Amino acid sequence: MPFINALPGAVAQGLVWAIMAIGVYITFRILDIADLTVDGSFATGGAVMAIYALNSDGSAGSMIVGMLLALAAGLVAGLITGLIHTRLGIPPILSGILTQLILWSVNLKIMGGKANISVSARQYDVIIKLSDPVWAIVKTLGIVALIIIALYLFFGTELGSAIRATGNNLKMSRAQGINVNLNKVIGLMLSNGLVALSGALLSQYQGFSDINMGRGAIVIGLAAVVIGEAIFSKIVRNFALRLASVVFGAVIYYIVYQLVISLGMDTDLMKMLSAIVVAIFLGIPYLKKKYLDPAVKAKKDSKNGAGGDENA
Amino acid sequence: MLELRNVTKVFNPGTVNEKVAINDVSLKLNDGDFVTVIGSNGAGKSTMLNLVAGLWKPDSGSILLDDIDVTKMPEYKRAKYMGRVFQDPHDGTASDMNIEENLAIAARRGKKHTLKWGITRKERETYRELLAGLGLGLENRMTSKVGLLSGGQRQAITLLMASLECPKILLLDEHTAALDPKTAKVVLDLTDKIVRENHLTTLMVTHNMKDAIAHGNRLIMMNNGHILLDIKGEEKMNLTIEELLEKFNQSSGEEFASDKALL
Repeated sequence: MPFINALPGAVAQGLVWAIMAIGVYITFRILDIADLTVDGSFATGGAVMAIYALNSDGSAGSMIVGMLLALAAGLVAGLITGLIHTRLGIPPILSGILTQLILWSVNLKIMGGKANISVSARQYDVIIKLSDPVWAIVKTLGIVALIIIALYLFFGTELGSAIRATGNNLKMSRAQGINVNLNKVIGLMLSNGLVALSGALLSQYQGFSDINMGRGAIVIGLAAVVIGEAIFSKIVRNFALRLASVVFGAVIYYIVYQLVISLGMDTDLMKMLSAIVVAIFLGIPYLKKKYLDPAVKAKKDSKNGAGGDENA
Repeated sequence: MLELRNVTKVFNPGTVNEKVAINDVSLKLNDGDFVTVIGSNGAGKSTMLNLVAGLWKPDSGSILLDDIDVTKMPEYKRAKYMGRVFQDPHDGTASDMNIEENLAIAARRGKKHTLKWGITRKERETYRELLAGLGLGLENRMTSKVGLLSGGQRQAITLLMASLECPKILLLDEHTAALDPKTAKVVLDLTDKIVRENHLTTLMVTHNMKDAIAHGNRLIMMNNGHILLDIKGEEKMNLTIEELLEKFNQSSGEEFASDKALL
């Protein structure tokens, strides 16, 4: 059974991407910003990791330093988007696209003009590797758990609460003396830091860093968020558990991905399918409201009773 | 307290849509004044309130709070001096956060947001008592999301939030206009209570003449960006709607336009 054999690998990959998805959750759900920087910052993480590994002694210690540098690079990427948005008044989606484009060039420069650099387990003492998915699962789970705990604590602080309020209601936040621009920048930095960290881990796991590795990352992150919410949102209210449901979402995404491939699905179509899945899940709340909300329906019915031909 | 000195605000200057929203307005509120502001649509009452709150900067003139010049201070910075309640009940609270989290944020208005825990146990006890004082049973729903509450309940919480860190001035922007009459009365009574108990200087914009007369110790009527009438003391206490309309007609030379204000 090729699918069963591929399962540990799918889970490991899902967990690596889960870190990225948590980053997307911070912008998309907490800040209420669809941040497209991530397609660039994910590859930035991989690029920084690959170049640092190349210039290091290749020990496990330097792999960790490389990951921290990747995280720092991601923070800077988020800072750029944040400044474009808050200082130049450019809408967040466009700000993210601009930074994404900036990062395309930056990533190429980081990788010395190469589109692909090896981060091979034969050369370096990588943290996680494709040939040992079980260990990769254990280690990545540990990292994910640490991140969730740290974020749970952070978003419970005064600053974290102010960031949540900023994403929830700008008018209220300003009236309560919250510097909403600063908070948006902090949130974007945090998010892209995690996204770059995820990219750094993936480059080790797959054994190379690629200029294209972030293409469509936002869709995978969103898919993880919406799948996690679709399954768990009814039962979990706690913030840490909601982050955990995003992690499950990412893992489920990669298991399904693997299943579809093992069923003989054309891999060229995978990105399209992912996007369709995200569109459907994000569209469900709107469709529900439009067709199933009793209040709206009642209004429609009474209108029909009185007016007659407004049933379009 | 609050002082406006020759404040002018023009929207869309130099275009066909140019509108002088506030024209050379000067106003001084004394400590503890509860001023109601009335006027028809476009009279400039909300613009005046928003200039005080800092949504826009005036084109000329200055705004002072306790002798601090706040004219150029950004909205979030001057928020530490003021409590605000908006017309739309959704505007004043964070709907995805629960009641106690909203109160905790309001309790930190104008303070630095540190990495200390966002709410303390002691605070919770205080909030429970304050919520019980509202008489709406919210003290037992402190961990409910504000989004689940009714408009009246949200306005009551926003009022409480506005008064938590005793502001220099309380700004109420038609805060009962979106509520049904019964709930509006509850919220207005609550407003009186909170203003009285905390001795708050208050600026309340309203569409409703009856409310403007029944509440506060001073009434300002605006028209075309000017302050037309400023009625205080005994005269304000004995004021009736008929008198107010007559005064308006005398001073402005036109009929009061808004039927809504008469209700």
